Amino acid sequence: MNSVAIPADSAGSGHAHSHAPGHGAGGPAAKRIVVAYGFWIYLISDIIMFSALFAAYAVLAPATAGGPSARQIFDPNSVAIETACLLASSFACGMASIAVGQRSMKWTQISLVITGLLGFVFLLFELREFHALVARGDGPTHSAFLSAFFTLVGCHGLHITAGLLWLGTMMAQFYAKGFRRDIQYRYMCFSLFWHALDIIWVAIFSLVYLVGMNL
Amino acid sequence: MFGKLTWEAIPFDQPIPLVTSAVLIVVLTGLLLWVAVKGYIPYLWKEWITSVDHKRIGIMYCLLALVMLLRGFSDALMMRSQQALAFNAPGYLPPEHYDQIFSAHGTIMIFFVAMPFVVGLMNFAVPLQLGVRDVAFPTLNSVSFWLTAAGALLVNVSLVVGEFARTGWLPFPPLSELTYSPGVGVDYYAWSLELSGIGTLMAGINMVTTILKMRAPGMSYTRMPVFCWTSLASNLLIVAAFPILTASLAMLLLDRYVGFHFFTNEAGGNPMMFMNLIWAWGHPEVYILVLPAFGVFSEVIATFSSKPLFGYRSMVIATMAICLLSFLVWLHHFFTMGPGGDVNGFFGIMSMIIAIPTGVKLFNWLFTMYGGRVRFTSPMLWAVGFMVTFALGGMTGVLLAVPPADFVLHNSLFLVAHFHNVIIGGVLFGAFAGYTYWFPKAFGFSLDERLGKAAFWCWFVGFYVAFMPLYVLGLLGMTRRMQHYTQPEWYPWVLVAGLGALIVLTGIILQVTQLTVSIRTRAHRRELTGDPWDGRTLEWATSSPPPAYNFAVLHNVESEEPYWGMKLEARENLHLLAEPKYEAIEVPRNSPTGFITAFFAVVTGFSLIWHIWWLVVLGLVGAYATFVVLAWRDVVETTIPVEEVAREDRANRAARLDALRAAGRAKRPQAQEALA
Amino acid sequence: MSVQGDIAPGYESEEGEGPEGIREGVRSYLLGLALAIALTLASFAVARTHIIYGPGIPVALVALAVAQMGIHLVFFLHITTAPDNTNNVLALAFGVLIVFVLVFGTVWVMDHMNHNMAPMQDMTGMQ
Repeated sequence: MNSVAIPADSAGSGHAHSHAPGHGAGGPAAKRIVVAYGFWIYLISDIIMFSALFAAYAVLAPATAGGPSARQIFDPNSVAIETACLLASSFACGMASIAVGQRSMKWTQISLVITGLLGFVFLLFELREFHALVARGDGPTHSAFLSAFFTLVGCHGLHITAGLLWLGTMMAQFYAKGFRRDIQYRYMCFSLFWHALDIIWVAIFSLVYLVGMNL
Repeated sequence: MFGKLTWEAIPFDQPIPLVTSAVLIVVLTGLLLWVAVKGYIPYLWKEWITSVDHKRIGIMYCLLALVMLLRGFSDALMMRSQQALAFNAPGYLPPEHYDQIFSAHGTIMIFFVAMPFVVGLMNFAVPLQLGVRDVAFPTLNSVSFWLTAAGALLVNVSLVVGEFARTGWLPFPPLSELTYSPGVGVDYYAWSLELSGIGTLMAGINMVTTILKMRAPGMSYTRMPVFCWTSLASNLLIVAAFPILTASLAMLLLDRYVGFHFFTNEAGGNPMMFMNLIWAWGHPEVYILVLPAFGVFSEVIATFSSKPLFGYRSMVIATMAICLLSFLVWLHHFFTMGPGGDVNGFFGIMSMIIAIPTGVKLFNWLFTMYGGRVRFTSPMLWAVGFMVTFALGGMTGVLLAVPPADFVLHNSLFLVAHFHNVIIGGVLFGAFAGYTYWFPKAFGFSLDERLGKAAFWCWFVGFYVAFMPLYVLGLLGMTRRMQHYTQPEWYPWVLVAGLGALIVLTGIILQVTQLTVSIRTRAHRRELTGDPWDGRTLEWATSSPPPAYNFAVLHNVESEEPYWGMKLEARENLHLLAEPKYEAIEVPRNSPTGFITAFFAVVTGFSLIWHIWWLVVLGLVGAYATFVVLAWRDVVETTIPVEEVAREDRANRAARLDALRAAGRAKRPQAQEALA
Repeated sequence: MSVQGDIAPGYESEEGEGPEGIREGVRSYLLGLALAIALTLASFAVARTHIIYGPGIPVALVALAVAQMGIHLVFFLHITTAPDNTNNVLALAFGVLIVFVLVFGTVWVMDHMNHNMAPMQDMTGMQ
């Protein structure tokens, strides 16, 4: 048996009909489609997990146990900055996708760094917000509302953190191995992940923060 | 340094777990030593542990399920014997211990017997039936299996070190909160399931992608075997439901570990919300289990009635309807918690509606048998036994779906009888049918039929003797999970149920015997064509066991039941289809990623349970490092040279040609039966 | 039978390929960014000022959020209604359906539960 190193830029591997469409006509779909679709299904499952946390938040939001409610703890400026950071980060990620398509190592790394930095700033602001709340005695252990809030927003923050780790790994892989096919597929998955996290943030800032500040 | 872990964690003062643990440790160590001494470890490592082949992984899933069935059934025997002895008496199991046993029984049976069994059968058969070489993500498949095994290991470790949950198989708060369950039991439960849940979710993603994006050329959705449709529905449910389980257990763990208040009695927590969320997972879960079983029966009944499945399209619609409806009934698990008439009414009606597509399926199976040439092999016996048993269980389900009836019967033994009726009659019988049906494909020789039939009858009779009394007991007012009781009317029924358990035990012993005897006499029962049952779907078109790449050349599918069409043509012309043009085939490389990930998962899980924080960090770092190493691979496939492909395929074709000619000479219509 | 290829989710066929590709790609993302910024500003305006009738604010915020999610899906994730995207849209629709059932089902059920099974001593959690 011979070992097959991943070819630098060939058309798919492992399937006899790699350019086949996916509706049964030509056989198994190409690897790029399979990988991205599988990751898409994972994202759907992740969105459902977030929705379970959203549901818990919706039920527990009124359960303030004598402590502060949403209106009293949310800071609109902080939220605005966090939103701006993530949106800009998504845009930078889109630019990185274009750079990858152009096979430009310089622009790929630059846009990825910007993507990561903006994500990191987002995290800093979020940690600052959490720290301020805990220091004031309004930490997640003080009421069901606070538990639900910290968990929902914190889970999103954990996903961002994992995404940053992944981003770092992607930058290292591009640097070490160039624009090899499988690394491109992985990057596609990363950008799906990153944009999806921004979509979830839209739900969070709208339904948790903005609605919360108004009820 | 070791968190909460001390020597007191080992149950020196409890004879039963102590002796059991000691025996288990001795047996397992002995087994490992024997394997090492015989030199099997390199073979096992290379061919099984690091395998990313869906067939091997499927077999390992089924093996895990069968082994855990023994543990789960031992728990059942202990429960039945305790109840048989505990009429006006304390029995031999103290309540704290009995509670752990029924909790472990349910947890193990659902998560580590039923789930791995169906996932294993789907893993094995779906790519073969779709006519492709493997699932979409083979290495991820291996990780999924090993994470499931990691969860199973953790649950079993709780027997030796620490304790298990006392909350039942679903950890309802506030009992499961730290205040009322301060020990490590609930933590063992929760971390085991979080870990194996990740594995299951990934398996679901893998299988959905495979079915939707990877099929043989020409196999459109309406040419897929029904087992693939039910697998699709089941895996869509996995993708949709398991995240809810993950979130719910995470919230419970946050309450227990960090003092959050999701489900506590204080600070605004809402214990009822746990039931709501966990059953939003729990109901789809049972459909995740039963849909693949329905698929197995569709294949088995069609094959052994020598007829195509009746009503393919209505089967598909019914399957997808069940998939959708299963998400709209979850509240029927807690009618009595107080949602009121409106809510109970809606969910009660939905629960009755969901019986309709199941009924459609049942009629389709019956119509498949009608007018066919039925062969009562043991898979067919399981199928017929299922139809009778599941219909009964389904009917008691519809009865329970009526909220006022449920008010009387909720959490009684009637409920216990109902769900065992459908899970044993549906899922387990389906798993056994699939196991017997696909065993020759997996290993190249079939299981002893006589022992198989005997095992079926013991299970069938044993099930009724064990569980019909439970229906009566439920109606007589006996609650579930009772460690002792004083009602004299209950006593005779409890005894009969105990007898039933012993009959089932006989069945299990027969199955173990069947396996060992079949392996020992395998030379006499080899089947060389790869088609022992005169099958109709593509998995029978390749050799038994199939080569790593499944098919030398991907078949062109032009109709439903593609293999049957090929066979008919071959029988008419008395020669095989033309030899295909062989090419070298690339197969994914084996990888230790799954096993190593699971190792770090066990380390992380164990240290989380015992609060050994530094070890948690190490475990997580190790898992991340494994991922990075995997991502850094340059060589992911190996090539199987064209000569090897040609040689293997030609050998199979020669065997099939021999069989064809023999049948032609004998001029018997059921050609393959002569060889079975 | 038409042989329609499927496109990978998130992939735009000529994304970034060639000099045309850069312009097209950047334009798509810029448009998406502009629309998203507009919707975000609108959301904050709705929440912080009195443009919208008070009780209608949550509804407006939900609508704006859904619109912005759509913008992200179309401009950043390249999800379209073209036939080559059908599988991707179907998967998304399935997910959205489950999310709705779960969230609205939970809120409906728990609202009834809380109302019928209110704890005696602590009524501050009641709406």
